[in-house]
Amino acid sequence: MNQNSDNTVANPLASLNDRKGGFDPAMANRMMSSIGHSGFVGMEYVGHGSDWVELAFDWRDDLVADPDSGIIASSAVISLLDNACSLSIWTKLDRFRPQVTMDLRLDYLRPSPSGARVFGRGICYHMTHNIGFVRGIAHNGDMDDPLAHASGTFIRVGNILS
Amino acid sequence: MTGMPSLPPYALALDMQAEMQDGEAPVVTMPFASKVQGRPGFLHGGAISGLLEIAAVAAIHDALRKQGSDAPIKQVNVTIDFMRGGKPELTYAQGTITRLGRTMANVSAHAWQDDPDRIIAQAHMHYLISRSRDRKAV
Repeated sequence: MNQNSDNTVANPLASLNDRKGGFDPAMANRMMSSIGHSGFVGMEYVGHGSDWVELAFDWRDDLVADPDSGIIASSAVISLLDNACSLSIWTKLDRFRPQVTMDLRLDYLRPSPSGARVFGRGICYHMTHNIGFVRGIAHNGDMDDPLAHASGTFIRVGNILS
Repeated sequence: MTGMPSLPPYALALDMQAEMQDGEAPVVTMPFASKVQGRPGFLHGGAISGLLEIAAVAAIHDALRKQGSDAPIKQVNVTIDFMRGGKPELTYAQGTITRLGRTMANVSAHAWQDDPDRIIAQAHMHYLISRSRDRKAV
């Protein structure tokens, strides 16, 4: 599989497996969101359960799709749910394992309005040896008033696949 | 450059640029930078998805403009397939319109890097088209 062929750069998240007390999604998000695209979007840990993780980011004028309305770019919501769903798999597994997003679908139910904080909850509802099956919900603080629904799969990568 | 589509703030923040093509949908580029990186050494899937969405939107606006329309559009959904890890280099994306109807558009987009034949990700999207709000419609 091509996406696995160059897995030479160690993922710092692997160091979380050396810690006692199981997988810590808050610390994992701190590591993921201190740099890179997740840092640009500004993803913060909100909470987690046995099979879910919720992250959020604050509205910012460089994250919008339309400067007149101020609605958030759909792509920022994808990034948020991608991370939350990925974290939900490690949380359910209680361990980090290298994986990549295989596919992700989002249904945009309504725009995320100007100024509103965006929350994204990822839920791992099933896991096999190689695949994590996830759902996601994005909202502005009320889960019963979602702005987007997601579903997707992540595939395990790296030498442990063989 | 005349006819260059204006990109949303999110796309500009990631330094995306759209280049018009002869007889084809615009090609949108995204340079590598820390702000588009995901796991070490690779692009973030969300950044690739953003590039695909911007390319799809550019393709629809381009097609509508060729019909003499500036109707606003609204994205309904997107499905993204990630086929290869995105390397830390310039990434390209282009949209393809399968059907541009009166009320909706079926669009896909694909992204590549140094080799256009090696697609790193592709997406399928549905968009609503608000023809009633087309200021150029007669």
